[in-house]
Parts: sequence; C-alpha cells; structure tokens
Amino acid sequence: MARVETFYDVIRRQGISRRSFLKFCSLTAASLGLAPAFGARIAEAMETKPRIPVLWLHGLECTCCSESFIRSAHPLVKDVVLSMISLDYDDTIMAAAGHQAEAILDEIRHEYKGRYIAAVEGNPPLNEDGMYCIVGGRPFVEQLREVCSDAMAVISWGSCASWGCVQAAKPNPTRATPVHEVILDKPIIKVPGCPPIAEVMTGVVSYILTFDKMPELDRQGRPKMFYSQRIHDKCYRRPHFDAGQFVEQWDDEQAQKGYCLYKMGCKGPTTYNACSTTRWNGGVSFPIQSGHGCIGCSEDGFWDNGPFYDRLTNVKQFGIEANADQIGGTVAGVVGTGIAAHAAVSAVKRARMKSGETQAPAPSTTSRD
Amino acid sequence: MTAHVDKRSADDEIADLSTAKHHLQVRQTAIYVYEWPVRLWHWVNAAAILVLAVTGYFIASPLPSLPGEASDQYLMGYIRFAHFTAGFVMAAGMVGRIYWAFAGNVHARQMFVLPFWSGKFWREVLIEAQWYAFLRDYPKKYVGHNPLAQLAMVTIYSVGSIFMIVTGMALYAEGAGKGSMFDMAYDLVIPLTGNSQNLHTIHHLGMWAIIVFVMIHVYAAVREDIMSRQSMISTMVSGWRMFKDDGK
Repeated sequence: MARVETFYDVIRRQGISRRSFLKFCSLTAASLGLAPAFGARIAEAMETKPRIPVLWLHGLECTCCSESFIRSAHPLVKDVVLSMISLDYDDTIMAAAGHQAEAILDEIRHEYKGRYIAAVEGNPPLNEDGMYCIVGGRPFVEQLREVCSDAMAVISWGSCASWGCVQAAKPNPTRATPVHEVILDKPIIKVPGCPPIAEVMTGVVSYILTFDKMPELDRQGRPKMFYSQRIHDKCYRRPHFDAGQFVEQWDDEQAQKGYCLYKMGCKGPTTYNACSTTRWNGGVSFPIQSGHGCIGCSEDGFWDNGPFYDRLTNVKQFGIEANADQIGGTVAGVVGTGIAAHAAVSAVKRARMKSGETQAPAPSTTSRD
Repeated sequence: MTAHVDKRSADDEIADLSTAKHHLQVRQTAIYVYEWPVRLWHWVNAAAILVLAVTGYFIASPLPSLPGEASDQYLMGYIRFAHFTAGFVMAAGMVGRIYWAFAGNVHARQMFVLPFWSGKFWREVLIEAQWYAFLRDYPKKYVGHNPLAQLAMVTIYSVGSIFMIVTGMALYAEGAGKGSMFDMAYDLVIPLTGNSQNLHTIHHLGMWAIIVFVMIHVYAAVREDIMSRQSMISTMVSGWRMFKDDGK
C-alpha cells in the first residue's frame, strides 16, 4: 500500500499507449476550460505525482452515483480515472469483503493521514442513533466521522450527500442528513445531481489531482466550473423560450417540433448543472433533448419542489397542496368580495346618514356640504 | 422647487387647521401634503407595479404558443424585458423615495416609520379600524396617512416592495450570471430560500400580496374620498389635501 506509484505508471501498466494518455490529458484540460498549454501540465502531473488514495463510502443511497461514474463517457476516462485515483475502498465494487475490506479503511487512515480524499456517496441518517444505515455492523455515521476525521478533503457525491435527496424529503423519517451538516471541520466539495454527470465527477477528481487544490467553489460549495450556470442558460431549446414557443401537451405538434418544455414543468430555469453543455452518455443527449423537462435533480430539496410537470411549485404549508397562483388568487378573491361587501354597506350607511342629516343636524364639526 | 410651499412642521399645519376653523368661516382648509417627488414617485411606481404584475404573471404562466420560426418571434423576450425594466424603475424609485424620506417633509417619512411603542398610535389604529367596521360614525382627521393606513403602508407595502426588489434582483442575477453585481442579492437570498425554485415561489406569492394591497389601497382611497372628511385621490395629483367640513 505504501508503494508509491504514479498515475502514468498505472496507465502504462494497463496497456494504454502514451498517445492515448496525452489525448486524455488534452481532453481533460479542455473539459476543465483550461488553456491548451495545461494539457502538458496535466500530463506532467500524471507522470510525476503519486496517486492520491480515495476512500469511497456508501451511506443511504441508490448507487446511481457509482453507476454514473463507471460509465464516464470517454473510454479513457473510464479506464484511466478509476486507476488514476488509488481507489482503495469502495464497498460496492471492491473485490475484498468483510473484515479485510474494513481493515483497509484503518490502514489508509493511518498511512496517509491527512493525505487522502474521502468520497461520500449517500448520507447518514441520524435518527435512532444512526440505526437506519448499518455498514460493517456499525452505524454509517460513525464510519463517516472516522474516515473524514483524517481526510484532506471530502467529496459529497450526488444529491444525497450534498443535500439529502429523496430520503431527506419531507417528512424525512430517518433524519437523513447531508454530509456538510455532520462533517463540520473539513473542506467539502459538493457534486450534486441524481446522479451527477460522469464527466463532472471525473473532472472534479482530475482537477484536484492536477493542481493539488480544491476547485473553486460557489457559496453553496459546488465547483463553479460545472455549477455556475443553469440548464436554461445553455439549453439548445432556449430560442423557443424567448420566442414564446412552448410545448402545451406531451403529444402536440409543438412537442414534435422540439419547442421549449417550460409549460410542461421543466425546472431548467432553476437548476444549476452542466447537463445542457456536457450532456450525458458521452455527449449523446440529456433529458430536455430527449423531450422531457428537467426535474431539477441537482437542486437542494428538489423532491419537495413538485410537481415535476408544473412550473408553479406546490406550497406545502397550506394543508391542501396549492401553488402560488391558487393561493394568491383565492386571497385576492376573498379580499375582492370583502371590498364589494364593504362598499355596499358603506353606500347604505352614507345614504342613511344623508337622509338623517336633513332631520337632525350632525355634530357641528362633521356636517357635510 | 418648493418656492411657494411652506416648510413648516405638521404641528404648525394642524395648528393652522384649528386657526382656520375659527377665522375662515365657510372656506375649505387645504394643506400641502405630498411634495412633487412623492407624487411623481407614486404614479410612476403604480405604473411599474401594473407592468410588473401583468408581465410577471405571464412569465410564470406564458401565453399560448406562437407558430412560425423561433427567429421571427421574441414574445417571451419582450415580456421579460418589460418585467426587468419595470423592476429597475421600481427599484430606482424606491431608492429615490427613501432619499426623499430624509429630504422631504414629515409626510414623506410616514411610509417608512412605524411608531411601534406609541400607545396613542395603536389606539388610533383601533379607532380607524372601528370606522372601517362601521362602529364609528366619523373618523378622525389626519393630514397624512391615518394610523391604520400607515400600518398597512409600512408592513405590507414598504416591507413587501423591498422584499420584491431584493428577491427580484436575486432572480435577475440568475440570468446575469455569476460575478454580476446582482450576485450580491443572489448570495444573500439563496441561503435563506434553499434553492432557486423556492425563490421563484416566494417572489410569486409576493406579487399576490402586492395585488391584494393595491386592491385595498385603491378601494380605501376611493371610499375615503367619498365618505371621509378629507380629499384623497386629488391629493396625490395636486399635493393639496382638502378638508371638507372645516369652518362650518
């Protein structure tokens, strides 16, 4: 384990040509939005730097992050990145099992104290002392705290680790809690999405390895390079939005023409992710391109911002689910009725007063012309 | 600009009011209440709110789809442009209005000040509420807003419109992009709402709050103009408040 092996060693050992390796480096530089010269710098880093051990933990999750990650589009990314990082522990895909597997966690923690990355997929449930998620006979939250205590940084993979996702949706019976609310003393990179885009995941890892530092994060802890724009900002259907051309029904002519899915509840305008630029499955497509609106899976609390097929979100505080227009329209209707009633009473009162004035004069300061 | 307008305090004016009662027998008393910046702001702001509410509604629930090439149309773009423009007019107006609260006369301050600790204020709120509930035959006279109106103005209008301006700026930041000056509003608001969708929802609810305020505001102004003892609508045009039953 202590044997120092560079990325390049691993790559060559796997039978990948130097030519392919350099291609990967320049592609990575491009996907990170770096100048061409950085391709060489990435190559140099890969050739000289030791691999950083990564401990990949699984809490309450569905493994969609792992599924996405191992499908990382470019074949080189799949082959290389999984070997580049020294993925020493990942209970879903590792060969070892049982005590041998768990022993690796302690080994890495001690040998690479402060020099490894804890990648967390899923989150710990805190109710009942964490009994809703048991890993290796212990609550997951204990494993998480231990592993993160000696890590140099924590990556929160996916919406589970970043925000809580479906298990933390109301009423959140297990009190599933995102990683940043449990681990308070480590830098945390959130890579939200359900799952995150494969190239975004490998891009984040490549960035850390190449530059030995965290990517620049926004206020909510997400890498700016992938999460600073909305799906809507770079959507190829955006011209139809600006033109006022919308799909009105799933099977109408506008749907066939590929108009904007805004009226079908697309959450693209409120979702920060790279889907409309990076796309999925090797850049083949993304939900909107396939004719379905974005459901906003990389946003905090997206399960509670339903329905997926309506632009206006239900406001849960009102017992019966109602959106802003239904609530506002009801209030305005009630107030309007109230005003009409009040005006009617006012008119009657005024008429009565006028007739009263003719009989008995009102107090001197209040008489009318 | 206020050459012919006296810069006297409200107390002077009320004193005048009582003097007027004694000396000017049949004449109506008139007091200059709303200086021109306040009146200008009021009507520009009213127009901005109208544009904002209509375009805002159509941004959330767009008009029926247009046929033809996307390059031939820009309907949603124009609607959003109108919304943003009116929003900036409202925001700039609010900045100017806050400035005038300091620079203008005492009535210009009323919209932003709530005499929360004053027992007299709350008693008069109650009296005014009774007048509206038909429990009193005559309301009290006020040169500026009556206490109930002031309460609604401060809590619903001033707080509400500042809320709409801040959340609106935060929403505008989403399109303007990271690093734009509106990012400040975005960074301020997003941690409070959790996500952008919630921000949209509360901004939309805010629209309905303002609509309800406008309904009550217009109704109360028209009603008071007819039923109470001072002018309302013409005051916001000319600046002068007429007291109908003085001197009799």
